[in-house]
Amino acid sequence: MEMPTPNPDILARKARIVERLREVLPRDAVIDDVHETRAYECDALTAYRCPPLCAVLPASTQEVSDVLRICSEEGVPVVPRGSGTSLAGGALPTADSVILGVARLTEVLETDYENRFIRVQTGRTNLSVTGAVEEEDFFYAPDPSSQLACAIAGNIGMNSGGAHCLKYGVTTNNLLGVTMVLMDGTVVEIGGAHLDAGGLDLLGVICGSEGQLGVVTEATLRILRKPEGARPVLMGFDRNEVAGECVSDIIKAGVLPVAIEFMDRPVIRATEAFAHAGYPDCEALLIVEVEGSEAEIDEQLGLITQIARKHNPVELRESTNAEESAKIWLGRKSAFGAMGQINDYMCLDGTIPVSSLPYVLKRIGEMSEEYGLGVGNVFHAGDGNMHPLILFDANKPGDLELCERFGADILKLCVEVGGCLTGEHGVGVEKRDLMHAQFSPEDMEAQLRVKDVFDPQWLLNPAKVFPLDVTESRRVA
Amino acid sequence: MMNPVTEAELAEAVAGAPGPLRIMGGGTRPIGRPVAGELLSVAGLTGIELYEPGALTIVVKAGTPLAEVEAALAGEGQRLPFEPMDHRVLLGSTGEPTIGGVAAANVSGPRRIQAGACRDSLMGVRLVDGRGTVIKNGGRVMKNVTGYDLVKLMAGSYGTLGVLSELSFKVLPVPEAVAVLLIEGLSDEEAVRALSAALGSPFDVSGAAHAPVGVDGAPVTMIRIEGFADSVAYRAEALKTLLAGVGEIAVETDPEKTAAGWRWVRDVEGFAGQPGDVWRISVKPSEGPRVGAALQAQGLLYDWGGGLIWARVAEGRDIRPALEGIGGHATLIRASEETRAALPVFQPELAPLAAISAGLRAQFDPRGILNPGLMG
Repeated sequence: MEMPTPNPDILARKARIVERLREVLPRDAVIDDVHETRAYECDALTAYRCPPLCAVLPASTQEVSDVLRICSEEGVPVVPRGSGTSLAGGALPTADSVILGVARLTEVLETDYENRFIRVQTGRTNLSVTGAVEEEDFFYAPDPSSQLACAIAGNIGMNSGGAHCLKYGVTTNNLLGVTMVLMDGTVVEIGGAHLDAGGLDLLGVICGSEGQLGVVTEATLRILRKPEGARPVLMGFDRNEVAGECVSDIIKAGVLPVAIEFMDRPVIRATEAFAHAGYPDCEALLIVEVEGSEAEIDEQLGLITQIARKHNPVELRESTNAEESAKIWLGRKSAFGAMGQINDYMCLDGTIPVSSLPYVLKRIGEMSEEYGLGVGNVFHAGDGNMHPLILFDANKPGDLELCERFGADILKLCVEVGGCLTGEHGVGVEKRDLMHAQFSPEDMEAQLRVKDVFDPQWLLNPAKVFPLDVTESRRVA
Repeated sequence: MMNPVTEAELAEAVAGAPGPLRIMGGGTRPIGRPVAGELLSVAGLTGIELYEPGALTIVVKAGTPLAEVEAALAGEGQRLPFEPMDHRVLLGSTGEPTIGGVAAANVSGPRRIQAGACRDSLMGVRLVDGRGTVIKNGGRVMKNVTGYDLVKLMAGSYGTLGVLSELSFKVLPVPEAVAVLLIEGLSDEEAVRALSAALGSPFDVSGAAHAPVGVDGAPVTMIRIEGFADSVAYRAEALKTLLAGVGEIAVETDPEKTAAGWRWVRDVEGFAGQPGDVWRISVKPSEGPRVGAALQAQGLLYDWGGGLIWARVAEGRDIRPALEGIGGHATLIRASEETRAALPVFQPELAPLAAISAGLRAQFDPRGILNPGLMG
């Protein structure tokens, strides 16, 4: 993975740029000490690191506007950063860039249960949005695994999903409005507490634009009343294909579970050794969760287990109470940690049509043998969002590169069967150079033109999402 | 009139167009400022490309009649989640609505509050931009964050950024049962408060409307729930208990009657054949009654828990002053050509956003030939 060569002219002007930023921000909100900027050298994609020119931590929309105006005037690239939990390198800086962190923007601005929305500053974490409305039994639906730490700003940047999007959708389906600062410092308000756009759906294109169109400082989010209850059923199968068919049959039967999670044997074994959730030792395991009142849950689980039985499960365990539910979820929730215990791994995020599940799993198995690297599969089966975990040894020379090549092949396979490179993590730098596999030059050009409109100088997170050769003429212009 | 039958022909038609084009699917939604230009029909691009019920996915060409899409889905017990409105009744138009027209106008009905708008179910598009270039974006999977989401930008852009050629949608199962709670005689404020209470409950309401003048002339408030039969029965009772103090509540479960009732709301049938302009206004639901009262309307219908107001008002009058200080947006859906030429049909944007919209149009359609001026 390459990043553009830092602009020596910007590096030479560091003192002046920092001084100008200090004129508009409190002293402690501009971090330029080379030891302290280390904290911003990477996000959760730790394989790539580079300390920024400096980092700024504005505490208001006005301060964000001031920072962007100055950076625009100085021609300095800006890399927006939520909580730094991106697995795709979305917040990876370059040496000539300013990291704009939203960590000090954490206020709840308005809570409105009657109209079912909350307005927050975007440095607030995902889970604490739900935390702010929980006492009234409301919640914010998108629930990425990193929800304890990840910021709403990053959720909007990457259009984050989670385990429950089969029913509730992803960030873009739950985002009603934003306050956003454009690169030249202009503050715009888009959407609000009402539904849908009056003109072009700018909100729709901003969500998921990976911080390349503007810096979102405030967000109006849809909140929902919590369901009365939820309970899962666990089912084990002796073949991946059968588990895939079962998923398809459940969906066709008209049940809409809130989550359908899939784990294969390597993951089942690792989590069992780690968390002792009592999972059966089988080829494929599904956890299907439904919501509602006790009676509604019974009705839906009854239907689901009836369908599952037709596929001869090796295990079928319906939760009857909170304790059993927690036990069923225990293994799934610790799957990533468990895999990390036994090995270094790279987590992929491609999405495939649900109908291609058996074929893709078989091909991943074959490729695993060809590459000589193990793979565990744990993912959201209801929506086809896969998370293959490729195991490698970070201390073994060449293993990371081999792993990346294997990962690229899996993602290309996802595209081949009608899916995409990334379902919820974003492109960042990680999948940037694979974009040609999914998009024609014309497809990409159409997207670049959108950035031309929002950020004509190409200063916002410029070296991400699109292959560098595709964006070069714009970035150096 | 140009009538391409393949995407390649469509691209050729746009690339070779000497001047402005008026883009049409089924021609049932004459919405927006009148456009002068050669007619380009997309109705020739038809057919269901792929339908996988087990993956809740359908891919269709843009000119496919909506009725054909809905019939194919119904055959597998599925449907488009967003309950698209049929504009023919309200607008007195004829023809066959196309799926491309539905997407281009982001047409969403009462279920929008629960299942999202058309743009939320739209997973992928293919389109021809103003240069005649074919562009694809999104795909046919629900979770996709690869590159910018131009799918949503296209939904509701009324053919001004590109001519849609193919669309893929997430679909949902048709629920086994439906029940509608009916409350008569509520004022607009009381009704919206009741709808808010229902929508803020855990009972998964999929329709929440209020007609100050219902089919039989009296005010009627409607709350819909859908799902498995036992669950619907349970939730209907739970909602009755929740709303016990509001008024007398009747529950209708006959599938034909409930479907007809919500079609009446969805298609704004009550305004059909009645004089006046018709506006569609989206506001914060609790502001609905206040805005409704300020409109000096001849007819009102509230959907989306009070957040969507359909208003029938005197011809040629801009109602937007009623929104001042409240936010939201208003679109003039039905009016004479003269009125649509004189008043902004779509909500005017503040300067920085207007500049972005204009910039996007210039990028996608540099010659300004795709439905020029339609959105203002």
